[in-house]
Amino acid sequence: MNSPIVSAQRVSKRFDKFQALTDVSIDVEKGEVVCIVGPSGSGKTTFLRCINQLESIDGGSLWVDGELAGYRVEADVVHRLPDKEIARQRHLTGMVFQRFNLFPHRTALENIIEGPIHVLRQPRREALDMAQGLLARVGLAAKAGSYPSELSGGQQQRVAIARALAMKPKLMLFDEPTSALDAELVGEVLAVMKDVAATGMTMVVVTHELNFAREVADKVVFMSEGRVIETGSPDRVLTNPEEARTRSFLSAVLSGNSEAA
Amino acid sequence: MSIVAIDIAQMKRAKPRHYGRWLGALVLLLCLGYLVYAFAVGKIDWGTVGNYLFHPRILWAVGMTIFLSVVSMTIGVIIGTFTALGRSSRNPVISSIAAFYTWLFRGAPILLQLLIWYNLALIFPVIGIPGIWEADTVRIMSPLAAALIAFSLHEGAYTSEVIRSGLLSVDAGQHEAAKSIGMSYGLAFRRIIGPQALRIVIPPLSNEFIGLLKMSALASVIGFLELTGTAQDIYYVNTKIMEMLFVATAWYLVVVSMFSLGQFWLERRLARGFVYGGKHG
Ligand SMILES: Nc1ncnc2c1ncn2[C@@H]1O[C@H](COP(=O)(O)OP(=O)(O)OP(=O)(O)O)[C@@H](O)[C@H]1O
Ligand SMILES: [Mg+2]
Repeated sequence: MNSPIVSAQRVSKRFDKFQALTDVSIDVEKGEVVCIVGPSGSGKTTFLRCINQLESIDGGSLWVDGELAGYRVEADVVHRLPDKEIARQRHLTGMVFQRFNLFPHRTALENIIEGPIHVLRQPRREALDMAQGLLARVGLAAKAGSYPSELSGGQQQRVAIARALAMKPKLMLFDEPTSALDAELVGEVLAVMKDVAATGMTMVVVTHELNFAREVADKVVFMSEGRVIETGSPDRVLTNPEEARTRSFLSAVLSGNSEAA
Repeated sequence: MSIVAIDIAQMKRAKPRHYGRWLGALVLLLCLGYLVYAFAVGKIDWGTVGNYLFHPRILWAVGMTIFLSVVSMTIGVIIGTFTALGRSSRNPVISSIAAFYTWLFRGAPILLQLLIWYNLALIFPVIGIPGIWEADTVRIMSPLAAALIAFSLHEGAYTSEVIRSGLLSVDAGQHEAAKSIGMSYGLAFRRIIGPQALRIVIPPLSNEFIGLLKMSALASVIGFLELTGTAQDIYYVNTKIMEMLFVATAWYLVVVSMFSLGQFWLERRLARGFVYGGKHG
């Protein structure tokens, strides 16, 4: 039997008094591309951060690659995993951030080999070869020696994607990877993401790029106020939504005003 | 005035006249000239200054001043780093100990700390772990040992705040990016956070170090043979007070200049990947 890569079972998460996620249930099958859309503050980023354990969940359960994320259950008692175990679970998942978060004191190439050499303990030669290959794949073979401050936003984000791929993750998470970019740079990043999707990578993408979702997603999840409102094929959710909230969000996005949704 | 299509590139350009600069330079030169004159005719025996500049006792004292400062600063920065990390620990015991340490050793005057360590034998005649290793405090607490302990702990407390602000200046996104590629806290600190914080803390730490170089003169009160104390010891005998003070001052300036060059080099190295700050005016 083929179990899903990510299985969120009624996940809840609160910050102090604020309930950020309520009963979120989402399954992501191997090789699937799932796009999460929804208004600002609906908990999309928080959900991604829970998958990658940058936040810990308070309720329900979250399974990543068949393992309970962040916890161990023994005789009906829940134990928090030690930091070392969490770090191990975490590198099954690659994360691409809205603001790139490249390491500014390292060149593009050094950003990519950092994890393979120091976390995966690959030989340097091997890591360098792989990194060169990845840079070529994201169209930046000529920029290996450039520092992030010398790259455009779109180029930085493509390096960040290569850096995540270098860890050979089973799952890639993207948190609004193009929303910090000038309009003319969005396309180059989306093209790289499509290329990654085409290799069969399992991906969870938070995005406001509805055309990308239509074209690439196998499944679209619409979230609002910390809950999953509806889930289905791009066509079902983005073209013929059942819920009123989805419809009002979509019309707001199409009129170019996602914040008001 | 009516608009005419002139091209300023084709025209003669008036030279700007910096009257202010010229006047300032003139006044400065006059002052400097007077100062040189004053020192030349003053009752200063320049021959003695020259004779003692490379006197073995002075050279030894310069070495001791550098040794005390470098070793104390090194130990201080190590203590300061752990204290800074401790301050932001989730463990309340660790963060309280770190805060208490900083409060105590930053608050007590360094002169008193020196005297207290040096006179420790008055309250603890024997130190060590009973039954395993013990020693007479008087023998262990030499002037060098007392000065090293006092300055290291003092610098540890001061630099911990500098290092803490350096760590806080690194963007939270850097911690998350490091975690997301599976780095442990220690690895992320060594490879990602530390080097970026280092760039921020080099200027204030260099300042701290230059302060320490000069503050080390206080160790003369417990009989440690550093530069200022040695100069004094010599002028007590030969009565050339100003001459010996000039010798010591010259050496402090030389040592500070050497370390400033080192700082310049280090800053250039750590600036890789960051855009330089520009000059103004
Ligand atoms: N660390 C935190 N502490 C307190 N509240 C938080 C924290 N992180 C997020 N929140 C709150 O949780 C809610 C969900 O935030 P989240 O960032 O997941 O939204 P989002 O759907 O990603 O929005 P956007 O489209 O603007 O990125 C918001 O109301 C936010 O204020
Ligand atoms: Mg978000």
